[in-house]
Amino acid sequence: MNTGISYSHKRLKLKTRQNLFGWACLIPAVILIVAMSFYPMFKALILSFRTGIGAKMTWAGVNNYVRMFQDNVFMQALKNNFIYLIIQVPIMLILALVLACMLNDRNLRFKGLFRTAIFLPCATSLVSYAIIFRSLFAIDGFINVMLIKLGIFKTGYNFLAFPNSARAVIIIALIWRWTGYNMVFYLAGLQNIEYTIYEAAKIDGASSFQSFWKITVPLLKPTILLTAIMSTNGTLQLFDESVNLTNGGPANATITMSHYIYNMSFKYVPNFGYAAAMSYLILILVAILAFIQMKVGDKRD
Amino acid sequence: MFCAATNMSVDVIRGKLIPGTALLYNFKNLLTAQNVSGAMINSFKYSVTLTLISLCICSLAGYGFEIFHDKAKDTVMSILLLAMMVPFAATMIPLFQMFSKAGLLNSTIGFILPTISTPFLIMLFRQSARSFPHDIIEAARIDGLNELQIFYRMFIPTMRSTYAAAMTITFMNAWNNYLWPKVIMTNDQSITMPMLVANLTEGYVTDYGMLMLGVLLCTIPTIIIFFILQKSFAEGITGAVK
Repeated sequence: MNTGISYSHKRLKLKTRQNLFGWACLIPAVILIVAMSFYPMFKALILSFRTGIGAKMTWAGVNNYVRMFQDNVFMQALKNNFIYLIIQVPIMLILALVLACMLNDRNLRFKGLFRTAIFLPCATSLVSYAIIFRSLFAIDGFINVMLIKLGIFKTGYNFLAFPNSARAVIIIALIWRWTGYNMVFYLAGLQNIEYTIYEAAKIDGASSFQSFWKITVPLLKPTILLTAIMSTNGTLQLFDESVNLTNGGPANATITMSHYIYNMSFKYVPNFGYAAAMSYLILILVAILAFIQMKVGDKRD
Repeated sequence: MFCAATNMSVDVIRGKLIPGTALLYNFKNLLTAQNVSGAMINSFKYSVTLTLISLCICSLAGYGFEIFHDKAKDTVMSILLLAMMVPFAATMIPLFQMFSKAGLLNSTIGFILPTISTPFLIMLFRQSARSFPHDIIEAARIDGLNELQIFYRMFIPTMRSTYAAAMTITFMNAWNNYLWPKVIMTNDQSITMPMLVANLTEGYVTDYGMLMLGVLLCTIPTIIIFFILQKSFAEGITGAVK
């Protein structure tokens, strides 16, 4: 009896000790995230209501937020971000999904080679690929040379000098860079779908399009949701491409919000308050879009 | 294949602009124009330190969240996941102010601190710890290992592929990071490779041969890491999403 009690007492102590160890595991990570994400977020909120330079910051109320909507460059940046988002994200995700399904086919040969080829762009540095795309689409670049040789154009077309074609180049570059990344997530998800389901569907006379639409898409929905949220988030925070591919130009026609925020806080006369207000708009937009996507994702369940 | 084609055209451009013999000439130019070796060393220093520390802290957290999970820890996890949605632009300015006050500009610590602990990595490790059998832990406890020993003697070796995946992702992100180093690295001695490459395009005349060589040098390390860890990378990600 006595030993039993002391045993359970000891066990309890052991449990507490394990629990404490569990908490100890988390603490460094949690402290870092709080200090490096949540605390700066809070500070940015306060900052966004202030204006001025350095120590001479004064209270500005909602002025920064009002100014934002009267700022043509910012509205242009906002519009650009949404153009990229609406055109690029769906194309990329569908492409990634189709490629993942093709790679998941058991009869495909050289699977590893294709997978590597598609994923490889993700290994290239963001700055590098932006610069490569810029030289590809330059007036004497590879694309123009090819187009002239094929007889489509007589002289080189300066893709980066016109707003729409410059945006198109950014979108193509983004699709090239990120399709493979999303595909890896789909491939991982597809591993979990039993192959027999497809065989059964085939016997029942389903076409490959039907089995894609009726089996793959619904079963991969959690993964699709995850990639959609990540891509939305990434597109709204686009920076490297805007800076290095087009440098925001021609005349701010391709600038993104992050790029403008960077310019506003570190390149022009620093205005941290205004920049913080703009960054808060991004935060709010990301939150709203993620919320909508989650709602839509849940409804179809 | 769209991607294979674009990959090839990268080679075409490079082949066109460096006709073989100009390589050494470009290399010399690059070395005199920019502090390449310095940037390379910086990039490696920052990325490797970040990857090592980040893996230790995030895997420990993921392990803690999953193996010792209870309601309180699950709540903490979902709060941390919120941090995933915070755009970097929103925290950039306060972080810059904090770091410049603390004198961390141009330092390795300044580079790594904001990205050591990321919810994405913690989630990756948490998901893969789910497949780590509890029996092993019990057995190890009976054999007299303490909790920390179980973590580094049992968990780390079994989760090797997850570590490989996490390592690839963290190293690539660290190496390719451009916005943050651009913000905090204010002197020429501490710039990273991506910044150096971007600098090459500034000015009126761009030497494309030199530029492409820079691009190449900047891409090689991540490609090498990717090829070495490729197989375990696919496994690790698969294990994590399951």
